[in-house]
Amino acid sequence: MTSISIDMSKSVTSAGSGSATTPALDAALTVRNLNFYYGKFQGLKDVSLDIARGKVTAFIGPSGCGKSTLLRTFNRMFDLYPGQRAEGQILLNGKNVLAKEQDINLLRAKVGMVFQKPTPFPMTIYENIAFGVRLYESLGQRDMDDRVEWALRKAALWEEVKSKLQQSGLSLSGGQQQRLCIARTVAVKPEVLLLDEPTSALDPISTTKIEELINELKHEYTIAIVTHNMQQAARISDFTAYMYIGELVEFGETNQIFIKPAKQATEDYITGRFG
Amino acid sequence: MSELSMTSAGARIYGRRRVANFLGLAFSSVSVVIGLVGLLWILWTLASNGLSALTPDFFFKNTPAPGSSGGGMANAIVGSLMIVGFATLISTPIGILAGVYLAEFGKQSRFGVATRFFVDIMLSAPSIVVGLFVFAFAVATVKHFSGWAGSLALSLIAIPVVVRTTENMLNLVPSSLREAAFALGTPRWKVSLAVTLRAVRGGVVTGVLLAVARMIGETAPLLFTALNNQFFSTDMSRPMANLPVVIYNFAMSPYEDWQSLAWGGAALIAIVVLAINIIARVAFSSKAQS
Repeated sequence: MTSISIDMSKSVTSAGSGSATTPALDAALTVRNLNFYYGKFQGLKDVSLDIARGKVTAFIGPSGCGKSTLLRTFNRMFDLYPGQRAEGQILLNGKNVLAKEQDINLLRAKVGMVFQKPTPFPMTIYENIAFGVRLYESLGQRDMDDRVEWALRKAALWEEVKSKLQQSGLSLSGGQQQRLCIARTVAVKPEVLLLDEPTSALDPISTTKIEELINELKHEYTIAIVTHNMQQAARISDFTAYMYIGELVEFGETNQIFIKPAKQATEDYITGRFG
Repeated sequence: MSELSMTSAGARIYGRRRVANFLGLAFSSVSVVIGLVGLLWILWTLASNGLSALTPDFFFKNTPAPGSSGGGMANAIVGSLMIVGFATLISTPIGILAGVYLAEFGKQSRFGVATRFFVDIMLSAPSIVVGLFVFAFAVATVKHFSGWAGSLALSLIAIPVVVRTTENMLNLVPSSLREAAFALGTPRWKVSLAVTLRAVRGGVVTGVLLAVARMIGETAPLLFTALNNQFFSTDMSRPMANLPVVIYNFAMSPYEDWQSLAWGGAALIAIVVLAINIIARVAFSSKAQS
Protein backbone atom coordinates (compact mmCIF):
# COMPACT_ATOMS: atom_id res chain seq x y z
CA MET A 1 0.00 0.00 0.00
CA THR A 2 1.72 3.17 -1.16
CA SER A 3 1.31 6.20 0.98
CA ILE A 4 2.02 9.68 -0.13
CA SER A 5 3.70 12.12 2.25
CA ILE A 6 4.08 15.72 1.39
CA ASP A 7 6.60 17.62 3.43
CA MET A 8 5.33 21.14 3.94
CA SER A 9 5.60 23.20 7.03
CA LYS A 10 2.27 24.92 6.71
CA SER A 11 -0.87 24.65 4.64
CA VAL A 12 -0.73 26.37 1.30
CA THR A 13 -3.56 27.84 -0.67
CA SER A 14 -3.12 29.17 -4.13
CA ALA A 15 -5.20 31.73 -5.92
CA GLY A 16 -7.47 30.64 -8.74
CA SER A 17 -6.56 27.08 -9.55
CA GLY A 18 -7.53 25.83 -6.12
CA SER A 19 -4.93 23.25 -5.17
CA ALA A 20 -3.84 22.41 -1.66
CA THR A 21 -1.51 20.04 0.10
CA THR A 22 -1.47 18.93 3.71
CA PRO A 23 1.51 19.29 6.00
CA ALA A 24 3.53 16.16 6.60
CA LEU A 25 0.53 13.84 6.63
CA ASP A 26 -0.33 10.60 4.99
CA ALA A 27 -2.92 11.19 2.27
CA ALA A 28 -5.55 8.51 1.77
CA LEU A 29 -6.99 10.16 -1.32
CA THR A 30 -5.06 12.42 -3.62
CA VAL A 31 -7.02 14.54 -6.05
CA ARG A 32 -5.18 16.16 -8.94
CA ASN A 33 -6.66 18.46 -11.55
CA LEU A 34 -10.15 17.09 -11.28
CA ASN A 35 -12.71 18.41 -13.74
CA PHE A 36 -16.31 17.21 -13.69
CA TYR A 37 -19.06 17.68 -16.25
CA TYR A 38 -22.81 17.27 -16.13
CA GLY A 39 -23.23 17.07 -19.89
CA LYS A 40 -21.94 20.45 -21.04
CA PHE A 41 -22.04 22.11 -17.64
CA GLN A 42 -18.78 22.02 -15.73
CA GLY A 43 -19.45 21.19 -12.08
CA LEU A 44 -15.84 21.03 -10.85
CA LYS A 45 -12.97 23.14 -12.08
CA ASP A 46 -9.43 21.89 -11.73
CA VAL A 47 -9.68 20.73 -8.13
CA SER A 48 -6.62 19.36 -6.38
CA LEU A 49 -6.29 18.41 -2.75
CA ASP A 50 -5.27 15.63 -0.38
CA ILE A 51 -7.58 13.90 2.04
CA ALA A 52 -5.52 13.03 5.09
CA ARG A 53 -5.66 9.50 6.42
CA GLY A 54 -7.30 9.05 9.80
CA LYS A 55 -8.61 12.61 9.86
CA VAL A 56 -11.94 14.28 9.16
CA THR A 57 -11.99 16.61 6.18
CA ALA A 58 -15.05 18.81 5.85
CA PHE A 59 -16.33 20.43 2.67
CA ILE A 60 -18.30 23.62 3.07
CA GLY A 61 -19.71 26.13 0.66
CA PRO A 62 -23.02 27.52 -0.63
CA SER A 63 -25.53 25.36 -2.52
CA GLY A 64 -24.34 24.31 -5.93
CA CYS A 65 -20.68 24.85 -5.22
CA GLY A 66 -19.78 21.28 -6.07
CA LYS A 67 -19.06 19.75 -2.68
CA SER A 68 -21.44 16.80 -3.12
CA THR A 69 -20.26 16.45 -6.71
CA LEU A 70 -16.69 16.19 -5.48
CA LEU A 71 -17.59 13.62 -2.85
CA ARG A 72 -19.41 11.51 -5.38
CA THR A 73 -16.38 11.36 -7.65
CA PHE A 74 -14.46 9.57 -4.90
CA ASN A 75 -16.59 6.47 -5.20
CA ARG A 76 -17.61 7.00 -8.81
CA MET A 77 -21.26 7.32 -7.99
CA PHE A 78 -21.62 9.47 -11.09
CA ASP A 79 -21.03 6.38 -13.25
CA LEU A 80 -24.64 5.46 -12.66
CA TYR A 81 -25.76 8.37 -14.75
CA PRO A 82 -24.84 8.67 -18.40
CA GLY A 83 -23.80 12.17 -19.35
CA GLN A 84 -21.80 12.73 -16.16
CA ARG A 85 -18.07 12.39 -16.51
CA ALA A 86 -14.88 13.17 -14.64
CA GLU A 87 -11.42 14.00 -15.93
CA GLY A 88 -8.28 14.09 -13.90
CA GLN A 89 -6.82 11.87 -11.23
CA ILE A 90 -8.04 10.57 -7.92
CA LEU A 91 -5.43 8.34 -6.36
CA LEU A 92 -6.39 5.82 -3.74
CA ASN A 93 -3.29 4.03 -2.52
CA GLY A 94 -1.49 5.20 -5.60
CA LYS A 95 -4.00 3.91 -8.14
CA ASN A 96 -6.20 6.22 -10.14
CA VAL A 97 -9.79 5.29 -9.37
CA LEU A 98 -11.03 7.13 -12.43
CA ALA A 99 -9.17 4.74 -14.72
CA LYS A 100 -11.28 2.47 -16.91
CA GLU A 101 -9.66 -0.65 -15.52
CA GLN A 102 -10.73 0.13 -11.98
CA ASP A 103 -13.32 -2.33 -10.70
CA ILE A 104 -16.08 -0.03 -9.57
CA ASN A 105 -17.73 -2.42 -7.17
CA LEU A 106 -14.45 -3.12 -5.41
CA LEU A 107 -13.80 0.60 -5.22
CA ARG A 108 -17.16 1.19 -3.59
CA ALA A 109 -16.47 -1.55 -1.08
CA LYS A 110 -13.33 0.30 -0.04
CA VAL A 111 -14.80 3.78 -0.18
CA GLY A 112 -18.13 3.76 1.59
CA MET A 113 -20.80 6.42 1.46
CA VAL A 114 -23.60 7.56 3.73
CA PHE A 115 -26.27 9.76 2.20
CA GLN A 116 -28.33 12.65 3.42
CA LYS A 117 -31.55 10.70 3.49
CA PRO A 118 -31.41 7.59 5.67
CA THR A 119 -32.04 4.64 3.34
CA PRO A 120 -32.37 1.36 5.21
CA PHE A 121 -32.93 -1.58 2.91
CA PRO A 122 -36.35 -3.25 3.04
CA MET A 123 -34.99 -6.07 5.19
CA THR A 124 -34.45 -6.86 8.84
CA ILE A 125 -31.89 -4.85 10.77
CA TYR A 126 -29.60 -7.87 10.81
CA GLU A 127 -29.93 -8.38 7.08
CA ASN A 128 -29.28 -4.73 6.36
CA ILE A 129 -25.80 -5.13 7.81
CA ALA A 130 -25.17 -8.68 6.59
CA PHE A 131 -26.11 -7.77 3.03
CA GLY A 132 -23.02 -5.72 2.34
CA VAL A 133 -20.71 -8.10 4.18
CA ARG A 134 -21.97 -11.08 2.19
CA LEU A 135 -21.03 -9.40 -1.08
CA TYR A 136 -17.34 -9.84 -0.51
CA GLU A 137 -16.84 -12.20 2.40
CA SER A 138 -18.28 -15.58 3.23
CA LEU A 139 -18.69 -15.76 6.97
CA GLY A 140 -20.24 -18.53 9.00
CA GLN A 141 -23.32 -17.81 11.06
CA ARG A 142 -21.47 -17.00 14.26
CA ASP A 143 -18.86 -14.85 12.52
CA MET A 144 -21.64 -12.95 10.81
CA ASP A 145 -23.43 -12.43 14.11
CA ASP A 146 -20.21 -11.07 15.55
CA ARG A 147 -19.67 -8.75 12.62
CA VAL A 148 -23.23 -7.41 12.81
CA GLU A 149 -22.81 -6.75 16.52
CA TRP A 150 -19.45 -5.11 15.94
CA ALA A 151 -20.84 -2.82 13.27
CA LEU A 152 -23.85 -1.86 15.36
CA ARG A 153 -21.62 -1.12 18.33
CA LYS A 154 -19.41 1.03 16.15
CA ALA A 155 -22.48 2.99 15.13
CA ALA A 156 -23.62 3.34 18.74
CA LEU A 157 -26.81 1.50 17.87
CA TRP A 158 -26.28 -1.92 19.42
CA GLU A 159 -27.91 -1.23 22.79
CA GLU A 160 -31.03 0.14 21.14
CA VAL A 161 -31.59 -2.66 18.64
CA LYS A 162 -29.97 -5.76 20.09
CA SER A 163 -33.32 -7.21 21.09
CA LYS A 164 -35.01 -6.53 17.78
CA LEU A 165 -32.53 -7.50 15.12
CA GLN A 166 -35.22 -9.35 13.17
CA GLN A 167 -37.45 -6.33 12.86
CA SER A 168 -37.51 -4.35 9.66
CA GLY A 169 -34.93 -1.61 9.29
CA LEU A 170 -37.75 0.72 8.35
CA SER A 171 -39.24 0.47 11.81
CA LEU A 172 -36.49 2.61 13.35
CA SER A 173 -36.61 6.35 13.91
CA GLY A 174 -34.82 8.71 11.53
CA GLY A 175 -31.72 9.09 13.65
CA GLN A 176 -31.55 5.34 14.25
CA GLN A 177 -31.98 4.66 10.55
CA GLN A 178 -29.08 6.92 9.74
CA ARG A 179 -26.92 5.17 12.33
CA LEU A 180 -28.01 1.88 10.77
CA CYS A 181 -26.78 3.18 7.42
CA ILE A 182 -23.48 4.11 9.05
CA ALA A 183 -23.24 0.66 10.63
CA ARG A 184 -24.00 -0.92 7.27
CA THR A 185 -21.23 1.09 5.62
CA VAL A 186 -18.72 0.40 8.39
CA ALA A 187 -19.49 -3.33 8.45
CA VAL A 188 -17.69 -3.93 5.16
CA LYS A 189 -14.56 -2.35 6.64
CA PRO A 190 -13.85 0.33 4.07
CA GLU A 191 -10.79 2.54 4.15
CA VAL A 192 -12.55 5.81 3.53
CA LEU A 193 -15.97 7.01 4.70
CA LEU A 194 -17.78 9.61 2.63
CA LEU A 195 -20.59 11.36 4.47
CA ASP A 196 -22.86 13.50 2.32
CA GLU A 197 -24.71 15.84 4.72
CA PRO A 198 -25.45 12.92 7.05
CA THR A 199 -27.28 14.93 9.67
CA SER A 200 -29.20 17.55 7.70
CA ALA A 201 -32.36 15.44 7.75
CA LEU A 202 -32.13 14.70 11.48
CA ASP A 203 -33.13 16.33 14.75
CA PRO A 204 -30.50 17.97 16.97
CA ILE A 205 -30.19 15.09 19.40
CA SER A 206 -29.57 12.53 16.65
CA THR A 207 -27.17 15.00 15.07
CA THR A 208 -25.15 15.19 18.26
CA LYS A 209 -25.04 11.42 18.55
CA ILE A 210 -23.77 11.10 15.03
CA GLU A 211 -21.18 13.80 15.50
CA GLU A 212 -19.88 11.91 18.53
CA LEU A 213 -19.83 8.84 16.35
CA ILE A 214 -17.72 10.58 13.74
CA ASN A 215 -15.25 11.60 16.41
CA GLU A 216 -14.96 7.96 17.45
CA LEU A 217 -14.72 6.59 13.94
CA LYS A 218 -12.00 8.89 12.72
CA HIS A 219 -9.40 6.99 14.70
CA GLU A 220 -9.80 4.07 12.32
CA TYR A 221 -11.20 5.55 9.14
CA THR A 222 -10.49 8.45 6.86
CA ILE A 223 -13.60 10.58 6.77
CA ALA A 224 -14.72 13.17 4.24
CA ILE A 225 -17.90 15.01 5.16
CA VAL A 226 -19.98 17.48 3.22
CA THR A 227 -21.98 19.79 5.39
CA HIS A 228 -24.12 22.88 5.09
CA ASN A 229 -23.66 23.51 8.75
CA MET A 230 -20.50 25.46 9.39
CA GLN A 231 -20.66 24.99 13.10
CA GLN A 232 -20.69 21.27 12.52
CA ALA A 233 -17.63 21.55 10.29
CA ALA A 234 -15.87 23.58 12.95
CA ARG A 235 -16.84 21.08 15.65
CA ILE A 236 -15.79 17.83 14.14
CA SER A 237 -13.30 18.29 11.34
CA ASP A 238 -9.53 18.48 11.28
CA PHE A 239 -9.31 19.99 7.82
CA THR A 240 -11.80 22.14 5.97
CA ALA A 241 -12.18 22.88 2.29
CA TYR A 242 -14.20 25.88 1.18
CA MET A 243 -15.66 25.57 -2.29
CA TYR A 244 -17.45 28.05 -4.48
CA ILE A 245 -18.98 27.49 -7.92
CA GLY A 246 -16.99 24.38 -8.67
CA GLU A 247 -13.65 25.68 -7.46
CA LEU A 248 -11.67 24.90 -4.36
CA VAL A 249 -11.15 28.34 -2.90
CA GLU A 250 -9.29 27.50 0.27
CA PHE A 251 -8.17 24.40 2.08
CA GLY A 252 -6.38 24.05 5.39
CA GLU A 253 -6.59 23.08 9.01
CA THR A 254 -9.99 23.78 10.46
CA ASN A 255 -8.74 26.00 13.24
CA GLN A 256 -6.92 28.16 10.82
CA ILE A 257 -9.73 28.38 8.30
CA PHE A 258 -12.29 29.40 10.87
CA ILE A 259 -10.16 31.75 12.91
CA LYS A 260 -7.99 33.39 10.34
CA PRO A 261 -8.80 32.38 6.77
CA ALA A 262 -6.26 33.36 4.17
CA LYS A 263 -8.79 34.61 1.66
CA GLN A 264 -11.43 37.31 1.90
CA ALA A 265 -13.96 35.13 0.06
CA THR A 266 -13.62 32.43 2.69
CA GLU A 267 -13.98 34.91 5.49
CA ASP A 268 -17.09 36.38 3.88
CA TYR A 269 -18.73 32.99 3.70
CA ILE A 270 -17.78 31.93 7.19
CA THR A 271 -18.96 35.11 8.79
CA GLY A 272 -22.22 34.81 6.90
CA ARG A 273 -21.82 37.85 4.78
CA PHE A 274 -23.22 35.80 1.92
CA GLY A 275 -24.42 32.28 1.18
CA MET B 1 -67.05 42.70 13.59
CA SER B 2 -66.72 44.18 10.13
CA GLU B 3 -68.08 42.36 7.13
CA LEU B 4 -65.77 41.40 4.31
CA SER B 5 -66.42 43.92 1.61
CA MET B 6 -66.19 43.12 -2.08
CA THR B 7 -66.38 45.22 -5.17
CA SER B 8 -69.29 44.47 -7.48
CA ALA B 9 -66.88 42.96 -10.01
CA GLY B 10 -65.42 40.82 -7.28
CA ALA B 11 -68.86 39.72 -6.20
CA ARG B 12 -69.71 38.67 -9.72
CA ILE B 13 -66.55 36.57 -10.04
CA TYR B 14 -67.17 35.04 -6.68
CA GLY B 15 -70.75 34.27 -7.59
CA ARG B 16 -69.67 32.58 -10.79
CA ARG B 17 -67.15 30.52 -8.87
CA ARG B 18 -69.75 29.32 -6.47
CA VAL B 19 -71.98 28.21 -9.32
CA ALA B 20 -69.09 26.42 -11.04
CA ASN B 21 -68.20 24.74 -7.78
CA PHE B 22 -71.74 23.56 -7.28
CA LEU B 23 -72.05 22.26 -10.84
CA GLY B 24 -68.73 20.43 -10.58
CA LEU B 25 -69.75 18.77 -7.35
CA ALA B 26 -73.16 17.92 -8.74
CA PHE B 27 -71.81 16.26 -11.87
CA SER B 28 -69.17 14.29 -9.97
CA SER B 29 -71.72 13.07 -7.48
CA VAL B 30 -74.14 12.04 -10.20
CA SER B 31 -71.36 10.15 -11.98
CA VAL B 32 -70.44 8.33 -8.79
CA VAL B 33 -74.04 7.40 -8.21
CA ILE B 34 -74.47 6.14 -11.76
CA GLY B 35 -71.30 4.06 -11.48
CA LEU B 36 -72.26 2.66 -8.10
CA VAL B 37 -75.81 1.94 -9.13
CA GLY B 38 -74.56 0.05 -12.16
CA LEU B 39 -72.12 -1.97 -10.09
CA LEU B 40 -74.63 -2.73 -7.36
CA TRP B 41 -77.24 -3.70 -9.93
CA ILE B 42 -74.89 -6.22 -11.49
CA LEU B 43 -73.93 -7.65 -8.12
CA TRP B 44 -77.55 -7.81 -7.03
CA THR B 45 -78.59 -9.62 -10.23
CA LEU B 46 -75.75 -12.09 -9.89
CA ALA B 47 -76.56 -12.69 -6.25
CA SER B 48 -80.28 -13.11 -6.66
CA ASN B 49 -80.00 -15.41 -9.65
CA GLY B 50 -76.81 -17.20 -8.90
CA LEU B 51 -76.41 -17.69 -5.17
CA SER B 52 -79.28 -20.15 -5.05
CA ALA B 53 -77.43 -22.35 -7.53
CA LEU B 54 -74.33 -22.64 -5.34
CA THR B 55 -75.30 -25.90 -3.70
CA PRO B 56 -72.87 -28.67 -2.70
CA ASP B 57 -73.94 -30.45 -5.89
CA PHE B 58 -72.69 -27.47 -7.82
CA PHE B 59 -69.19 -28.06 -6.57
CA PHE B 60 -69.06 -31.81 -6.71
CA LYS B 61 -71.10 -32.98 -9.70
CA ASN B 62 -70.03 -32.70 -13.28
CA THR B 63 -71.83 -30.82 -16.00
CA PRO B 64 -75.05 -32.57 -16.98
CA ALA B 65 -75.79 -33.94 -20.46
CA PRO B 66 -78.34 -32.05 -22.58
CA GLY B 67 -81.82 -32.67 -21.32
CA SER B 68 -80.86 -34.23 -18.03
CA SER B 69 -81.36 -32.34 -14.82
CA GLY B 70 -79.19 -31.92 -11.78
CA GLY B 71 -75.45 -31.96 -12.09
CA GLY B 72 -73.02 -29.24 -11.21
CA MET B 73 -69.87 -27.52 -12.39
CA ALA B 74 -67.18 -29.58 -10.73
CA ASN B 75 -65.26 -30.34 -13.90
CA ALA B 76 -65.45 -26.70 -14.99
CA ILE B 77 -64.21 -25.45 -11.63
CA VAL B 78 -61.31 -27.86 -11.53
CA GLY B 79 -60.54 -27.16 -15.17
CA SER B 80 -60.47 -23.42 -14.59
CA LEU B 81 -58.26 -23.85 -11.55
CA MET B 82 -55.76 -25.87 -13.52
CA ILE B 83 -55.74 -23.69 -16.62
CA VAL B 84 -55.48 -20.44 -14.65
CA GLY B 85 -52.98 -22.04 -12.26
CA PHE B 86 -50.57 -23.03 -14.98
CA ALA B 87 -51.05 -19.72 -16.77
CA THR B 88 -50.07 -17.94 -13.55
CA LEU B 89 -46.97 -20.11 -13.19
CA ILE B 90 -45.93 -19.23 -16.73
CA SER B 91 -46.74 -15.53 -16.72
CA THR B 92 -45.53 -14.49 -13.27
CA PRO B 93 -41.76 -15.05 -13.66
CA ILE B 94 -41.71 -13.81 -17.24
CA GLY B 95 -43.75 -10.72 -16.37
CA ILE B 96 -41.77 -9.80 -13.26
CA LEU B 97 -38.38 -10.25 -14.90
CA ALA B 98 -39.46 -8.26 -17.94
CA GLY B 99 -40.74 -5.52 -15.64
CA VAL B 100 -37.42 -5.49 -13.79
CA TYR B 101 -35.57 -5.24 -17.08
CA LEU B 102 -37.69 -2.34 -18.30
CA ALA B 103 -37.40 -0.37 -15.08
CA GLU B 104 -33.76 -1.04 -14.17
CA PHE B 105 -31.94 -1.60 -17.43
CA GLY B 106 -34.13 -0.60 -20.30
CA LYS B 107 -34.90 3.00 -19.54
CA GLN B 108 -33.18 4.39 -22.58
CA SER B 109 -32.06 1.46 -24.67
CA ARG B 110 -33.82 0.93 -27.97
CA PHE B 111 -34.69 -2.59 -26.98
CA GLY B 112 -36.35 -1.28 -23.85
CA VAL B 113 -38.37 1.30 -25.73
CA ALA B 114 -39.51 -1.30 -28.26
CA THR B 115 -40.43 -3.77 -25.54
CA ARG B 116 -42.47 -1.21 -23.66
CA PHE B 117 -44.30 -0.35 -26.87
CA PHE B 118 -45.19 -3.95 -27.58
CA VAL B 119 -46.29 -4.55 -24.00
CA ASP B 120 -48.64 -1.58 -24.31
CA ILE B 121 -50.09 -3.02 -27.49
CA MET B 122 -50.51 -6.45 -25.96
CA LEU B 123 -52.18 -4.89 -22.95
CA SER B 124 -55.03 -3.69 -25.13
CA ALA B 125 -55.08 -6.56 -27.61
CA PRO B 126 -58.59 -8.00 -27.97
CA SER B 127 -58.65 -11.29 -26.13
CA ILE B 128 -60.31 -13.05 -29.04
CA VAL B 129 -57.38 -12.13 -31.25
CA VAL B 130 -55.03 -13.67 -28.71
CA GLY B 131 -57.22 -16.77 -28.68
CA LEU B 132 -57.16 -17.05 -32.46
CA PHE B 133 -53.39 -16.65 -32.51
CA VAL B 134 -52.92 -19.47 -30.03
CA PHE B 135 -55.44 -21.53 -31.99
CA ALA B 136 -53.35 -21.22 -35.12
CA PHE B 137 -50.14 -21.78 -33.21
CA ALA B 138 -50.94 -24.52 -30.71
CA VAL B 139 -54.21 -26.11 -31.71
CA ALA B 140 -54.38 -26.28 -35.49
CA THR B 141 -50.81 -27.51 -35.64
CA VAL B 142 -51.49 -30.51 -33.45
CA LYS B 143 -55.08 -30.86 -34.57
CA HIS B 144 -56.65 -30.97 -31.14
CA PHE B 145 -57.69 -28.62 -28.41
CA SER B 146 -55.89 -28.71 -25.09
CA GLY B 147 -55.70 -27.21 -21.64
CA TRP B 148 -52.12 -26.18 -22.36
CA ALA B 149 -53.23 -24.03 -25.28
CA GLY B 150 -55.74 -22.43 -22.95
CA SER B 151 -53.04 -21.68 -20.39
CA LEU B 152 -50.84 -20.26 -23.11
CA ALA B 153 -53.57 -17.93 -24.31
CA LEU B 154 -54.28 -16.73 -20.77
CA SER B 155 -50.60 -16.09 -20.07
CA LEU B 156 -50.34 -13.95 -23.18
CA ILE B 157 -53.07 -11.82 -21.67
CA ALA B 158 -51.62 -11.76 -18.17
CA ILE B 159 -47.96 -11.09 -18.97
CA PRO B 160 -48.43 -7.46 -20.10
CA VAL B 161 -50.42 -6.73 -16.94
CA VAL B 162 -47.67 -8.09 -14.68
CA VAL B 163 -44.95 -6.31 -16.68
CA ARG B 164 -46.76 -2.99 -16.41
CA THR B 165 -47.47 -3.22 -12.69
CA THR B 166 -43.95 -4.38 -11.88
CA GLU B 167 -42.38 -1.62 -13.94
CA ASN B 168 -44.61 1.04 -12.41
CA MET B 169 -43.90 -0.13 -8.88
CA LEU B 170 -40.15 -0.22 -9.50
CA ASN B 171 -40.23 3.29 -10.91
CA LEU B 172 -41.62 4.44 -7.58
CA VAL B 173 -38.50 3.34 -5.73
CA PRO B 174 -36.43 6.45 -4.97
CA SER B 175 -33.01 6.52 -6.55
CA SER B 176 -31.53 7.11 -3.10
CA LEU B 177 -32.25 3.50 -2.19
CA ARG B 178 -30.52 2.23 -5.31
CA GLU B 179 -27.57 4.53 -4.72
CA ALA B 180 -27.24 3.26 -1.16
CA ALA B 181 -26.99 -0.30 -2.47
CA PHE B 182 -24.51 0.68 -5.17
CA ALA B 183 -22.42 2.54 -2.60
CA LEU B 184 -21.74 -0.78 -0.86
CA GLY B 185 -20.28 -2.20 -4.05
CA THR B 186 -23.34 -4.25 -4.95
CA PRO B 187 -23.35 -5.49 -8.54
CA ARG B 188 -26.16 -4.16 -10.66
CA TRP B 189 -28.25 -7.30 -10.99
CA LYS B 190 -28.21 -7.73 -7.25
CA VAL B 191 -29.31 -4.15 -6.63
CA SER B 192 -32.26 -4.76 -8.93
CA LEU B 193 -33.38 -8.09 -7.54
CA ALA B 194 -32.33 -8.11 -3.91
CA VAL B 195 -32.97 -4.47 -3.01
CA THR B 196 -35.20 -2.61 -5.44
CA LEU B 197 -37.59 -5.46 -6.26
CA ARG B 198 -37.71 -6.40 -2.62
CA ALA B 199 -38.74 -2.89 -1.70
CA VAL B 200 -41.89 -3.15 -3.79
CA ARG B 201 -42.73 -6.82 -3.35
CA GLY B 202 -46.18 -5.96 -1.97
CA GLY B 203 -47.08 -3.99 -5.06
CA VAL B 204 -45.72 -6.64 -7.39
CA VAL B 205 -47.77 -9.34 -5.67
CA THR B 206 -50.83 -7.13 -6.02
CA GLY B 207 -50.12 -6.86 -9.74
CA VAL B 208 -49.94 -10.63 -10.05
CA LEU B 209 -53.18 -11.08 -8.10
CA LEU B 210 -54.96 -8.61 -10.36
CA ALA B 211 -53.66 -10.45 -13.41
CA VAL B 212 -55.04 -13.69 -11.96
CA ALA B 213 -58.38 -12.03 -11.33
CA ARG B 214 -58.49 -10.99 -14.96
CA MET B 215 -57.54 -14.43 -16.25
CA ILE B 216 -60.34 -16.11 -14.30
CA GLY B 217 -63.03 -14.34 -16.25
CA GLU B 218 -61.58 -14.39 -19.77
CA THR B 219 -63.78 -16.38 -22.13
CA ALA B 220 -62.79 -15.62 -25.72
CA PRO B 221 -59.26 -17.01 -25.55
CA LEU B 222 -60.52 -20.28 -24.15
CA LEU B 223 -63.20 -20.71 -26.79
CA PHE B 224 -60.79 -22.02 -29.37
CA THR B 225 -58.00 -23.30 -27.22
CA ALA B 226 -59.23 -25.32 -24.31
CA LEU B 227 -62.71 -25.63 -25.80
CA ASN B 228 -64.77 -27.56 -23.31
CA ASN B 229 -65.18 -31.01 -21.91
CA GLN B 230 -68.39 -32.58 -20.75
CA PHE B 231 -66.60 -34.94 -18.42
CA PHE B 232 -64.24 -34.59 -15.55
CA SER B 233 -60.66 -34.49 -16.78
CA THR B 234 -57.31 -33.42 -15.44
CA ASP B 235 -55.49 -34.10 -18.68
CA MET B 236 -54.13 -30.77 -19.81
CA SER B 237 -53.25 -32.10 -23.25
CA ARG B 238 -56.92 -32.65 -24.10
CA PRO B 239 -59.88 -30.28 -24.19
CA MET B 240 -60.70 -29.11 -20.72
CA ALA B 241 -63.85 -27.84 -19.11
CA ASN B 242 -63.67 -24.32 -17.75
CA LEU B 243 -66.10 -21.96 -16.10
CA PRO B 244 -66.33 -19.12 -18.62
CA VAL B 245 -66.98 -21.35 -21.65
CA VAL B 246 -69.49 -23.49 -19.77
CA ILE B 247 -71.32 -20.38 -18.63
CA TYR B 248 -71.34 -19.18 -22.23
CA ASN B 249 -72.79 -22.44 -23.51
CA PHE B 250 -75.32 -22.94 -20.70
CA ALA B 251 -76.56 -19.36 -20.71
CA MET B 252 -77.50 -19.57 -24.35
CA SER B 253 -79.22 -22.91 -23.98
CA PRO B 254 -83.00 -23.33 -23.71
CA TYR B 255 -82.78 -25.46 -20.57
CA GLU B 256 -83.70 -23.75 -17.35
CA ASP B 257 -81.48 -25.79 -15.06
CA TRP B 258 -78.55 -25.17 -17.38
CA GLN B 259 -79.28 -21.46 -17.19
CA SER B 260 -79.42 -21.59 -13.44
CA LEU B 261 -76.06 -23.37 -13.39
CA ALA B 262 -74.70 -20.60 -15.62
CA TRP B 263 -75.88 -17.98 -13.12
CA GLY B 264 -74.20 -19.93 -10.38
CA GLY B 265 -70.95 -20.01 -12.31
CA ALA B 266 -71.12 -16.28 -12.97
CA ALA B 267 -71.80 -15.58 -9.29
CA LEU B 268 -68.86 -17.80 -8.31
CA ILE B 269 -66.50 -15.96 -10.64
CA ALA B 270 -67.70 -12.61 -9.31
CA ILE B 271 -67.18 -13.72 -5.72
CA VAL B 272 -63.68 -15.04 -6.42
CA VAL B 273 -62.61 -11.92 -8.33
CA LEU B 274 -63.99 -9.70 -5.56
CA ALA B 275 -62.14 -11.75 -2.95
CA ILE B 276 -58.85 -11.51 -4.85
CA ASN B 277 -59.17 -7.75 -5.19
CA ILE B 278 -59.94 -7.34 -1.50
CA ILE B 279 -57.04 -9.58 -0.48
CA ALA B 280 -54.72 -7.68 -2.80
CA ARG B 281 -55.71 -4.38 -1.27
CA VAL B 282 -55.53 -5.56 2.33
CA ALA B 283 -52.23 -7.36 1.86
CA PHE B 284 -50.72 -4.44 0.01
CA SER B 285 -51.71 -1.83 2.53
CA SER B 286 -50.51 -3.83 5.51
CA LYS B 287 -47.16 -4.41 3.82
CA ALA B 288 -46.91 -0.75 2.98
CA GLN B 289 -47.30 0.09 6.63
CA SER B 290 -44.64 -2.30 7.91
